[in-house]
Amino acid sequence: MTAPGTPLGAPDVIVIGGGLHGCSTALHLALRGVRALVLEKDHVGRHASGVNAGGVRQLGRHTAELPLTVAAMALWRRIGDLVDDDCGFESHGQIKVAETEGELAGAEARAAELRALGFQHEEVIGQAELRDLVPAIADHCVGALISRGDGAAIPFRTTFAFRRKAQALGVRFQEGATVARVTRSGGVWSVETTDGDRHAAPILVNCAGAWADRVAAQLGERAPLEVIAPMLMITARVPPFIKPVVGACGRTLSFKQFPNGTVLIGGGLLGRAVRDENRTELDFSQVSVNARTVWDLFPVMRGATIVRSWAGIEARMPDQIPVIGPSATQPDVFHAFGFSAHGFQLGPIVGRIIADLIATGRSDLPIAPFHIGRFAA
Amino acid sequence: MSAADFDLAVIGSGPAGLAAAALAASRGLSTVLLDEQPEAGGQIYRAITDTPVRDRRVLGPDYWRGAELLGPLRDSGAVHWPGSTVWSVARPRDEDAAAAAGTSERTLQIGLSRDGAASMLTVRHVLMATGALERPFPIPGWTLPGVLGAGAAQILLKTSGLAPSGRVALAGTGPLLWLLAWQYLRAGVALDVILDTTPRANWRAALPLLPGFLRSPYLGKGAKLLLDVRRKVKVVDNVTALRAVGEGQLAAVVYRRGDEEERSLAADTLLLHHGVVPNLNLANATGCAQQWDEGQRCWRPTTDDWGATSVEGVSLAGDGAGIGGAVAAEQAGRIAALDILRRLGRIDRAERDAAAIPHREGLERALRGRAFLDTLYRPSAAFRVPADDTIVCRCEEITAGAVREAVRLGCSGPNQAKSFLRCGMGPCQGRLCGPTVTEVIAAERGVSPAEVGYYRLRPPVKPITLAELAALPKTEADVNAVQKH
Repeated sequence: MTAPGTPLGAPDVIVIGGGLHGCSTALHLALRGVRALVLEKDHVGRHASGVNAGGVRQLGRHTAELPLTVAAMALWRRIGDLVDDDCGFESHGQIKVAETEGELAGAEARAAELRALGFQHEEVIGQAELRDLVPAIADHCVGALISRGDGAAIPFRTTFAFRRKAQALGVRFQEGATVARVTRSGGVWSVETTDGDRHAAPILVNCAGAWADRVAAQLGERAPLEVIAPMLMITARVPPFIKPVVGACGRTLSFKQFPNGTVLIGGGLLGRAVRDENRTELDFSQVSVNARTVWDLFPVMRGATIVRSWAGIEARMPDQIPVIGPSATQPDVFHAFGFSAHGFQLGPIVGRIIADLIATGRSDLPIAPFHIGRFAA
Repeated sequence: MSAADFDLAVIGSGPAGLAAAALAASRGLSTVLLDEQPEAGGQIYRAITDTPVRDRRVLGPDYWRGAELLGPLRDSGAVHWPGSTVWSVARPRDEDAAAAAGTSERTLQIGLSRDGAASMLTVRHVLMATGALERPFPIPGWTLPGVLGAGAAQILLKTSGLAPSGRVALAGTGPLLWLLAWQYLRAGVALDVILDTTPRANWRAALPLLPGFLRSPYLGKGAKLLLDVRRKVKVVDNVTALRAVGEGQLAAVVYRRGDEEERSLAADTLLLHHGVVPNLNLANATGCAQQWDEGQRCWRPTTDDWGATSVEGVSLAGDGAGIGGAVAAEQAGRIAALDILRRLGRIDRAERDAAAIPHREGLERALRGRAFLDTLYRPSAAFRVPADDTIVCRCEEITAGAVREAVRLGCSGPNQAKSFLRCGMGPCQGRLCGPTVTEVIAAERGVSPAEVGYYRLRPPVKPITLAELAALPKTEADVNAVQKH
């Protein structure tokens, strides 16, 4: 992989962004013997990768993402083999409850649509099985869509595990390195950071999340991402009462209990992101809507105490699916960003896809829908 | 017609809040004073209106000073909402749009729980007078029942007239330790021992600062109080190590004097104290910039001479902005209130400056000798940076050793410690571990606490129930704004 004239120890690839996708890309590159340098402007896992809800979810995915999510799930099932850490992954299924017969009919239609596409992981269950799986669910819920193999992991621990394994295989991580300028000369990319450091490599990967549009702009490429701040809240410990992760067909919700008894409540309600200050502001009128949903669906939770809420900063694309694949304007540049608040489960496979593209020029997964060219002006 | 419910919300009814609210309201600002306790007074004047300790000699004249602040508050026209817990201060969601349309004045929204119901209050300015809390004093066994903070014990005395019985040991350093001992003696409580952890070296460091202290109004009172206590209680000086032992309940205090052998002392109650630090949780969660104060060895929100923070519309006064004591807090409250009057267009700059002169003089007097006290009563490193087996985060039961191990794995500051260990993520929201975790990580990395930073705290800064949160008034727009996926 090393280009002629490259100094010894210089990287083959510079990955911009030390979130889960950047760390995963670096790890998969290292597994193929490609030397990577990860530039992270803060510290690894500082933003969405470290503070998301940790859902390992195939359930409810955009059809374009189905092959990727299923392939990612195969990696999650033996995540310890990949990163030497179980990442806190537990698989008790993910469920979207239907509160009306209409919603249940919608769930049936969705499961049928997936079967027609050749995917079996989503099924519909009736009220009785829903009660068995989630005894605390409110009486009015009539059934659910379920993906039994889904689950949840611990986000920061996962991102850090990818980083640590990558590091053990020789990947270099430079934290506190904010990219200021990207230039190309003589077939080599040169990346200059705000503190004046320069790094060079033949290949560049943009995993910069909510800041990825700035990297793309350096490459003359349009990336119309929206910076969002999905909010989460967590309760004080309560006795264990639920194993699966629960959402709702008709409302925004992600609800799960950790082994330590705390309950995480989220699902995509948005606060305000101030990305230049690495800061988010919460919006309690929205948090309140979420609390109301939990009040309705889990009567047992009404007396629970909320001890903390927070939001991560991430990127959402106009069509709600990520950008994955080669640049549309530049040679030797690859993108993986814009996961639109559902990128965590895809992390292990996206790194493999990018590494495959770099090492072999192709991926065995259908990634055409994610090409950045779809946003070309 | 203003969109705000009040011009000014003052959060906290200790000396800073009482003085500020009275001054602002008397000069025409519609002012609400919010405090979570049932009565005004803050911690220093806790239960000032209804303490069962009616013998004024027990709590002393500095406590009863608080009663003098209540009249002006009543006369000022300020609205006092006791029993109100503030859990959030933020810009309203629709503010950006309103500002773009040029239709709205700048406001802040306060999330509030009162009588078991949550609500949002819209105001033009917020003055945080959130006071101080005890610096965590992590020693082996400090989580045992029977071990508590001296500040907590003092509050029990003020609110309920309750004092510990059995064998009582006080340990630590700082003025409050001696004040509590003195109050107990006045109340007829027998103290078995005071274990004074003031490091010997502090005297040498503090000596050059003595001239300032000699002009302090606290000197005479403090000296008398110390002598009183020392006459009546056994005091062990130069205590360099301390642990609480017992099976499920405190049985004994083991201590070391200088480098002598350890000694054990049977005890039913151990009261720990080594100073107070700013209660910065609300300011931090609101996004106010903060800085490391090397002199007081704590984080404090950054403020200008008028108490203004880095967040537009948010000011801070009293111990919450840096420890200065009750009298200084009162004056700082008035100074901040004058600046708020200026910001809200009630007075001009010249009027503000002129009105502030006597309060600045009062503040300066009250702060004389503060540097001496800060230096003399600075807790030793051994008690700020505990050994590996000592629990630092009580909520999640994380030891100092676990924090050090995380540092070796690459954890560079308290926020990463949360991610690595869940340290600081329990119901106390870092109040009982934040300063310690900062110091342990700084020491392990060999850098200043300024470099490792502090927890990014998040609302709700006080726990609220899901039921309260769910019952917040919601508009259709709020519900529609929720993204479905």
